[in-house]
Amino acid sequence: MTADTLLSLRGVHTHIGAYHILHGVDFDVPTGEVTMLLGRNGAGKTTTLRTIMGLWPASRGEVRFDGRPVNGGTARLATPDIAQLGIAYVPENMGIFGDLSVRENLLLAARGARTLADIDTGRLDWLLGLFPAIRRFWLHPAGKLSGGQKQMLAICRAMVEPRRLLLIDEPSKGLAPAIVQNLVAALRELKSTRTTVLLVEQNFAMARALGDRVAVMDDGRVVHRGRMDELAQDEGLQQRLLGLALGAHQ
Amino acid sequence: MLETRNLGIRFGGHVAVDRVSCAFRPGTLTAIVGPNGAGKTTYFNLVSGQLRASEGSVHLDGADITRESAPARTHRGLGRAFQLTQLFANLTVLENVRLAVQSRRREGLNLWSVWLDHRDTLERARSLVERVRLGERADVRASSLPHGDQRKLEVAMLMALEPRVYMFDEPTAGMSVDDVPVILDLIRELKSQRDKTILLVEHKMDVVRELADRIVVLHNGQLVADGEPSAVIASPVVQNAYLGLAPHAQAA
Repeated sequence: MTADTLLSLRGVHTHIGAYHILHGVDFDVPTGEVTMLLGRNGAGKTTTLRTIMGLWPASRGEVRFDGRPVNGGTARLATPDIAQLGIAYVPENMGIFGDLSVRENLLLAARGARTLADIDTGRLDWLLGLFPAIRRFWLHPAGKLSGGQKQMLAICRAMVEPRRLLLIDEPSKGLAPAIVQNLVAALRELKSTRTTVLLVEQNFAMARALGDRVAVMDDGRVVHRGRMDELAQDEGLQQRLLGLALGAHQ
Repeated sequence: MLETRNLGIRFGGHVAVDRVSCAFRPGTLTAIVGPNGAGKTTYFNLVSGQLRASEGSVHLDGADITRESAPARTHRGLGRAFQLTQLFANLTVLENVRLAVQSRRREGLNLWSVWLDHRDTLERARSLVERVRLGERADVRASSLPHGDQRKLEVAMLMALEPRVYMFDEPTAGMSVDDVPVILDLIRELKSQRDKTILLVEHKMDVVRELADRIVVLHNGQLVADGEPSAVIASPVVQNAYLGLAPHAQAA
């Protein structure tokens, strides 16, 4: 691990009930970069994010955030305590509070804020500009939003305040093409403010557009680590690692 | 033929689907596109019976099914896969598909009592599980599957129902890139049967371009464009409201 590493996983194993899902996951997430976690369904990507957040205990190995052990070994921080270190997590199921309004969902995610007035208005305007539907349904119950709008709200919650690390499980899922473009632009902007990002993504075009680094998982292990631009240029490697048909992402 | 006439629903003051009239003929794959929140899934819910219409009607082969329950519509041949996956979480992959096969054959839904008598039901379920490449996970509980595999399972269950109308709501969202062609092949095969009516909500425009015979565009609950794919994709409403391209970029 170098001084520029914000998050590192070393030999992480995770068991879920009788299933042994992660078999020694190793990778680093460098500060201020976008790292893409790719791989086929069932490779262990979502379990890796959940283990980072302490939602599953690491049965062996260690997760370190900013040099501090957070999961594995003797360290077992509770998920809220891991989040308090400055990590925002957008889970695959979005975790929206359906009975609360869109506004209340956002307010809950802003840790320091008791009222909207406590939230940086410039940042809120920026977010609502990216996702106009969130502004439009501001006072509606979040449960009434469409699938794609719920995804937007989940991402807004993660971005409503600055965080050191952003973990998003499939950010582009269910989003219309215009919104995916907005999201790519937003994540680039966050990167320019030294926010560190770790994304699980199936949309290779988005992975290629955003990623600095890539880790590819298969069967509970990281089988490839490197620069995203190198993977983007190597169609043979894409085919071998991801099963991408040649020319499929053109 | 499936048809909606002035079909609409409002939630409080919000009109989610606004008097949509549209007919879908057998042998045709219609892609339904539109921005997030345009009403695509709500329209599906109205057609399949998950929601009751505030106005208008739904017709299948001449019968008015507007007042029928979702299960009654399924028995008439309307099959639906969901955007947010719906499975029996505590049953295995094979048991889920087997239930769908049994439902189609109206054998009743007892998993155990008819086990030996219905070997062909089991074989049919197994072949569908293999078709969506879940053979190795046939005995895994649905709740333990990664999301992309749950989507594949849902498609297998839809196939098991052998409906006349197939409604797919973003079938490949969250699916591994190497699994996407498996689902697209299944949809192509359904198309080739020429007697199936297929409705597909999909954001991946390369998929839409390849599969659709026709594109319907919903925007703010209204049907705003309907026609042959290349013309609809080139239309300003799709270029601006949906793809987010500036007008000068239309040729790209």
